[in-house]
Amino acid sequence: MSVETILQLVISSTLVYSAPLIFTALGGTFSERSGIVNVGLEGTMIMGAFAGVVFNLSFADQFGSATPWLGLIAGAVVGLVFSLIHAVATITLRADHIVSGTVMNLMAPALGVYIIKLMYGKGQTSMISENFGYWNVPGLSKIPFIGPVLFTKTSSTAWVAIAIAFVASWLLFKTRFGLRLRSVGENPQASDTLGLNVYALRYSGVLISGILGGIGGALFAQSIAGNFSASTIVGQGYMSMAAMIFGRWNPVGAMAAALFFGFSQSMAIVGAQLPVVNQIPAVYLQIAPYVFTVLILVIFFAKSKAPAADGVNYIKSV
Amino acid sequence: MNKINSYSTGLVAGLAVFFGLIVGAVIMLISGFNPVTGYVSLVQSALGSSLNIGEVLRAMTPLILTAAGFLVAQSAGFFNIGLSGQVWVGWIASTWFVLANQGMNPWILIPAAVIIGAAGGAVMGFIPGWLRAQFGASEVITTIMLNYIVLYGGNAVVQGLPQKLMATTDMTKTLSTTDSLRWDFLSNLTGGSRFNIGFIIAVVALFGIWFVMKRTTLGFEIQAVGLNPDAARYAGMSAKRNAIMAMTISGTLAGLAGATEGLGTYLNIFSQSSAPQVGYDGMAVALLASGSFIGILFAAFLFSVLSVGGLGMPLATGVPTELVSVVTAAIIFFIGANYLIRLILVKLDEDDSKSKRKKDKNKKTTKLNKKEAK
Amino acid sequence: MADEPIVLEMHNIVKQFGEFRANDDINLQVRRGQIHALLGENGAGKSTLMNQLSGLLQPTSGDILINGQKTIVDSPAKAAELGIGMVHQHFMLIDAFTVTENIVLGSEPVNGMNLNIKKATQDIKNLSEQYGLDVDPQALAGDISVGMQQRVEILKTLYRGADILIFDEPTAVLTPQEIDELMNIMRHLAAEGKSVILITHKLDEIKAVADQVTVIRRGKSIDSFPVAGVSSQELADIMVGRSVSLYDTAKTPANPKNTVVSLEHLTVKDSRGIAAVKDLSLDFKAGEVLGIAGIDGNGQSELISAITGLMPVTSGKVVLHGKNITNKKPRQITEAGVAHIPEDRHRFGLELDMTLAENIALQTYYKRPLSKMGVLDYNAINQHARDLIEKFDVRTVNELVTAGSLSGGNQQKAIIARELDRDADFVIAAQPTRGLDVGAIEYIHQQLINQRDADKAVMLVSFELDEILNVADRIAVISHGEITGIVNANETSKNELGLLMAGMSLDQARAQLAGE
Repeated sequence: MSVETILQLVISSTLVYSAPLIFTALGGTFSERSGIVNVGLEGTMIMGAFAGVVFNLSFADQFGSATPWLGLIAGAVVGLVFSLIHAVATITLRADHIVSGTVMNLMAPALGVYIIKLMYGKGQTSMISENFGYWNVPGLSKIPFIGPVLFTKTSSTAWVAIAIAFVASWLLFKTRFGLRLRSVGENPQASDTLGLNVYALRYSGVLISGILGGIGGALFAQSIAGNFSASTIVGQGYMSMAAMIFGRWNPVGAMAAALFFGFSQSMAIVGAQLPVVNQIPAVYLQIAPYVFTVLILVIFFAKSKAPAADGVNYIKSV
Repeated sequence: MNKINSYSTGLVAGLAVFFGLIVGAVIMLISGFNPVTGYVSLVQSALGSSLNIGEVLRAMTPLILTAAGFLVAQSAGFFNIGLSGQVWVGWIASTWFVLANQGMNPWILIPAAVIIGAAGGAVMGFIPGWLRAQFGASEVITTIMLNYIVLYGGNAVVQGLPQKLMATTDMTKTLSTTDSLRWDFLSNLTGGSRFNIGFIIAVVALFGIWFVMKRTTLGFEIQAVGLNPDAARYAGMSAKRNAIMAMTISGTLAGLAGATEGLGTYLNIFSQSSAPQVGYDGMAVALLASGSFIGILFAAFLFSVLSVGGLGMPLATGVPTELVSVVTAAIIFFIGANYLIRLILVKLDEDDSKSKRKKDKNKKTTKLNKKEAK
Repeated sequence: MADEPIVLEMHNIVKQFGEFRANDDINLQVRRGQIHALLGENGAGKSTLMNQLSGLLQPTSGDILINGQKTIVDSPAKAAELGIGMVHQHFMLIDAFTVTENIVLGSEPVNGMNLNIKKATQDIKNLSEQYGLDVDPQALAGDISVGMQQRVEILKTLYRGADILIFDEPTAVLTPQEIDELMNIMRHLAAEGKSVILITHKLDEIKAVADQVTVIRRGKSIDSFPVAGVSSQELADIMVGRSVSLYDTAKTPANPKNTVVSLEHLTVKDSRGIAAVKDLSLDFKAGEVLGIAGIDGNGQSELISAITGLMPVTSGKVVLHGKNITNKKPRQITEAGVAHIPEDRHRFGLELDMTLAENIALQTYYKRPLSKMGVLDYNAINQHARDLIEKFDVRTVNELVTAGSLSGGNQQKAIIARELDRDADFVIAAQPTRGLDVGAIEYIHQQLINQRDADKAVMLVSFELDEILNVADRIAVISHGEITGIVNANETSKNELGLLMAGMSLDQARAQLAGE
């Protein structure tokens, strides 16, 4: 294999595997910046995957190649609704954030499979017909070397995800909404005394995480898994959470970390085709992202700082 | 102000179960099933025969152990999501030991295997405890990651076992019942179920851990560290040491649960698609028990009835088994959001007192005061 | 002054929390340009009253009139709209935000969708010049001094166009000199036509700056009168509701004996690696209360933590009865004969969710008779607690309630019972009366004197000069981790201590005072 082919294979598969993680990690960033710890990203992704696949199976005939994109919207809507559980539990009903997130993770696969069984009479769906395929970036793919490596047969959704990371960064750090959202994650009482609606801001943080997590799940299902079952999403939500922490609760940082996790995840799959890497037993590649996450936590955690009021319920005195 | 916290946790837990079942009923209604027949078939499949009762008791075994493990970690202020991985390690270690030493005197072999399983879990609990104490790495995330590491690592270990121990590439041979925790007396008592000595181990362990946590200086320190690490340090306790102890005990109990799975329930090891569910279910049991060791027995019984009964539901009524997990999740939701239940109780009390005459009101306030005094 | 229009009236305000009536029929009238003091003990209901004015709480009954108009202040936003601003006792700042971001949050100038930080910074500059409030707009709020944080809080209200500014116990964290500066700021604000409400329990502040005072006692407004012509003693008596002796705990002169604890060239680095205590040497003698005066954050916490083993000593020695206890474990130090009444009783002193009995056993649970071979004896633990509850007059239903359910004063008594009962030779009391009412304060001061009279060495750390002057025999002033001067309590003055607290040496301070 030439260097160019190897790079192309590695980069395009990295992008494919990263894209769902980027969306979901950005979602987590919004939630935690508003002060709500979101362990439920895994469950949100599961519901997004469920919605994307069901939509894809139901409407592929009508919408053709636009189906997977519309499937992302389906995932976003279902993710939004599902994350409402977390928002209500933690913000309105003062539940522990980890307990509530765990509820989402227990609920999502059960609910998804329950409905799938009723709809299709079996515990996993058929394969979808309209996938996110590969895409050549118009113009840029003509550049010598860089074109083929970066912009040919690449993942369009990954480039969208990367763009959204920058938009998210602008939204959080340059706009009025972002300043207010971050304020309730740092010191909700201070925000309250300045007349901000702490609850509404926290709801918006969690619901944005629902939208982005739902998109992440729908994207994973329609670009990688191809169907929905209880084991479609296995740890990608948790990995996104790790990416968010590694990225120090910054959208661009989370995106970079997600790219790294995407790379290490894709190695377990495409590694067999690569020289050197194919000598490594598959299990090491499989566990690598998780080991990295632990190592990163151990090495960097002391330095990275979560929002000051992350995970702390705000109880307005009456 | 205090009224909202004056209700007993037992009452709140009971109502959480009730609301969880209602959620299940609503889902059944929406999807065109009759909730009454659904739940009746669930209870019948769980408790309708001595075989099934045996299976319920069998299902309780790992749940009691993992829930107790969760509770110990929680007392120290930790959220041990790694129970699943710890169970898996205990399962592999204990069962592998028996498979590799067949022919040894079972009176030595089996206790040794159980201890090895517990030790495997202990190591898996120690690691996140140490990472937390030493580096401040959040145990929530490290245990989740360890679950995946152990899941894939464990599968690789199982698939790599010597050929002579394997039945298929993904599954070991089955242990003989003499080399296991099975006891004919218990099996026969329950119509040939998989009910086994593991249950006795679980109940003894639960009592033992209750004693440690409530009556010893070690338990006192773990709780003090969990409730307020700064005050504990001020009082000369080592937050680090107690954090590690609590997580190690937690892992030990999960490892024991794994040993009962391998040596009592399944009698073999087979590779898993996700880390064993009993870990997550044990967490749910502990959350429902709301910090009470006796509560664990009731909660484990309830969830075992749900899971064993849930398996019978599709045959009898067509309701998919997954409904049970939805109900479980809903119950935990209401436990987490117990503020809602307490609000409802306050509201009920207020309506109550409005509609009654003064005389009754006085009685009720004294009752409330008593509760508060508790 | 009396002809200025009335800008705020509160009529018959009642605020009920469950069974408890925090405000019981309170009346208040504030004029334009007036500095109006709200005087009352801790827990009298002053903050509750002001929280209703700032929209954080709603009154159960009663009326609020702004400029003669009856209004409902149902949110902080509404309060801001009505021109009411509150400078909170515990600053409401976001440490990770800049000064500018903190000030404009909630009413940010924008440029399209982008925040207009440039305009915000300019607006703040203008305001700070107009009112003489010096701040650094670009600095992070977590990095600036306490005094500047307070100015940021004041700017927050002015930026929102406040005409009525409420200061909630604003001097608790300031040096005497900073307090003077704050008083000037208040006068400046009043001169510009703002009304200032000053919540306090400190009489000399009221004497110094207020025009009018309204006294609140146990939730009721007792009286309102002009400050001029009233003595501090009269104010104190009306605040407490009985005749109280100002700053005067009954005590005989100290009779210092042998040295119990010596600190030798102690240096302690804080969590960021910066030296918080620098080459500090001090001797504590049996039969003497040595007060450590200083502003919060000058190394007091680190000093105590280092002595008690909660923080490592970087260099130097801690010697107790000739034995080196430097960097020993907290338990070893406790057992060597150190009692510690910690600064933050909720964070360090108590396990709020454990029972009172368990809290009283917190330092001795592992020893006979409270436990044997690692097994606790709850009969002994509870009996021990009942004995101490009786001996130290802790007011509680029984020993099985959680520590968190006790009042602040009784929590502190429980800690004192636990620490003093061990008969330790060295007693450290850090801010022992913070947030307590007069009765509890008197009791605690008496306990410390009793320890002294029993020939213990007592170290009293406090930010309240009155407390130090009242209880201590000798006073060591700490500034930036160094002792700037050691003086006898009956030979010094608040002014002298203030200059030492600001970092002057004793000679410099005396020279300056002589020159004035």
